[in-house]
Amino acid sequence: MSGNSSLKQKLGRFLVGLPPYGWLVVFFLLPFLIVLKISLSELQAAIPPFKAIFGWAEDNVLQLRLNFGNYAYLFSDELYVLAYLNSLKVAALSTLLTLLIGYPMAYTIARSPARIRNALLMLVVLPFWTSLLIRVYSWMGILKNEGLLNSFLMGLGVIDSPIQIMETNTAVYIGIVYSYLPYMILPLYATLEKMDLTLLEAAADLGCPPFKAFLRITLPLSLPGIIAGTLLVFIPAVGEFVIPDLLGGPDTLMIGKVIWAEFFDNRDWPVASAVAVAILVLLVAPIMLYQRNEARAEEKG
Amino acid sequence: MTSQPLIRIERVSKRFGDFTAVNQVDLDIQKGEFFALLGASGCGKTTLLRMLGGFETPTEGRILIDGVDMSHVPPYERPVNMMFQSYALFPHMTVEQNIAFGLQQDRMPKAQIAERVKAMLDMVQMTPFAKRKPAQLSGGQRQRVALARSLAKQPKVLLLDEPLGALDKKLREQTQLELVNIQDKVGITFIIVTHDQEEAMTMASRVGIMKEGRIAQIGTPFEVYETPNSRFVGDFIGNANMIEATVKSGDGSDWHVEAESLGTVIVTRHEESLPSGSRVTVMVRPEKVKISREIPPGAVNCVTGRISDIAYLGDMSIYHVALSGGARLQVSQANLRHGGGGRLAHDEEVVLTWAPGDSVVLLG
Repeated sequence: MSGNSSLKQKLGRFLVGLPPYGWLVVFFLLPFLIVLKISLSELQAAIPPFKAIFGWAEDNVLQLRLNFGNYAYLFSDELYVLAYLNSLKVAALSTLLTLLIGYPMAYTIARSPARIRNALLMLVVLPFWTSLLIRVYSWMGILKNEGLLNSFLMGLGVIDSPIQIMETNTAVYIGIVYSYLPYMILPLYATLEKMDLTLLEAAADLGCPPFKAFLRITLPLSLPGIIAGTLLVFIPAVGEFVIPDLLGGPDTLMIGKVIWAEFFDNRDWPVASAVAVAILVLLVAPIMLYQRNEARAEEKG
Repeated sequence: MTSQPLIRIERVSKRFGDFTAVNQVDLDIQKGEFFALLGASGCGKTTLLRMLGGFETPTEGRILIDGVDMSHVPPYERPVNMMFQSYALFPHMTVEQNIAFGLQQDRMPKAQIAERVKAMLDMVQMTPFAKRKPAQLSGGQRQRVALARSLAKQPKVLLLDEPLGALDKKLREQTQLELVNIQDKVGITFIIVTHDQEEAMTMASRVGIMKEGRIAQIGTPFEVYETPNSRFVGDFIGNANMIEATVKSGDGSDWHVEAESLGTVIVTRHEESLPSGSRVTVMVRPEKVKISREIPPGAVNCVTGRISDIAYLGDMSIYHVALSGGARLQVSQANLRHGGGGRLAHDEEVVLTWAPGDSVVLLG
């Protein structure tokens, strides 16, 4: 009887676990393995534009031909290293900006009266109702030389000639910060909202003025939200393609654009795949290290 | 100088919109007192305490601590500390860091902080847990840390908001006595808010009973129990038999009153004049009533009835007696003899008696 029920339990657990793991295998692991495979193959002018890594040699010998040249190539041309570094820089600075803008917003929403809190949250999420592409195009309309911002400033007489914002890194920062702000605000709001406000009363009671109490109590307690928001903004921002492509200029060197160029301009799938795998390793490794650290700290309590 | 109270609350009111939480309260508390604000939930006791802590500002009136008007002094500049009902321990700090927090705000030298923290940990017997986070402590341990943290700065006044509410009964009783001992040792004025009258009576040197934002009576536990000034207080503190009666005659000390519900005239004592024909309430505590099978010799107030309910509590029993006149009286009697010899039974006919001086006349 008990053997039967434990078998049932195991089966139940397996079935419940199946969708998420199945999803990850089908939509993440398999595509990743395919990309990994392509990154290790050789370029050829055919369809598909790369050679198989498995092949039959003489005497029925199965050959595995791994071409690490694509990875070596990434280091031979400084374009790739620069693109990586620039992507990290743009993503890091954008993340910092979203944090600086998002924190006060999340704080204000979390501390506002309950009846308007949901309305304010709604306003944060509302832009998602419109396609990202349309929102980025609107920024083009605002930022370009004869756009809204410049004509407004010139109309006021603040400036005589338009400021070049479009096709610069500034435009990319504006676009990324604007687009990713909700991803920063929502996790921050979640941690700030559930914070016990009597802790601040206790801090005040013990002689701690409000701003200091913010630094010593609120800020450390919202750290999980800061980390979650930072990861949610930083990771996609590193690989961002649409925003730098539409708002950035020819100097805006970002890894997303490089991948695009390799795939579609150069039709060099192996190198493009190598770039993609490298960025994944570059991003995933520190996050996994961080999470292991967290888990260990949690075990220690 | 001796007459200046440590805390003076002057005609303080607090309104939230239409709701008056605290209504024209006057209260003086002397240095070194253990004062309890007692009342049902919503009576304004916590609001009054929070005004002392600086978390609410009075709508009217003034609060003076050591002669200084505190009306516009923020919590972080007041010489009082509070122990919160939820303890409000900082979850990201260890026990040690929690206790040191207030001292760091005063920019106390590090060595001195360490010394004080150690003394506080010692006092609440939490030294082995110094490096733990609050989440790793039991409810009783958290309570001790909260106490240590609020006492670390040696405030002039310690405010305690239902400090034992989260503990189970046994631990609570034990902690009550510990709190009294600690207060004795540190000599700091304690003001505690509680809804538990037993807790207030056990710990406090003086009790203020609050009702609907006002203070109904202030006195020592003995005074408020033995001589409540109103029906409300008599009812709120302990158990009471309230007997409605009409004054017949008296000599300025012993009064004959007609108790309609008992169907008889009873004698009570009151040291002030009562106009003949006026309505009064005579209060008799259950333990002051003697219950017996036969009329004891020399009994003055004497009614008969039948036991309708017995609550056996171990150390004592509470008898509910239905009188022939229809009223019910409560009597409690210590179970003095082992094995319950001569125990009264359900439905038994009994005689209830009490001395005139054991009853109290309530006018309000």
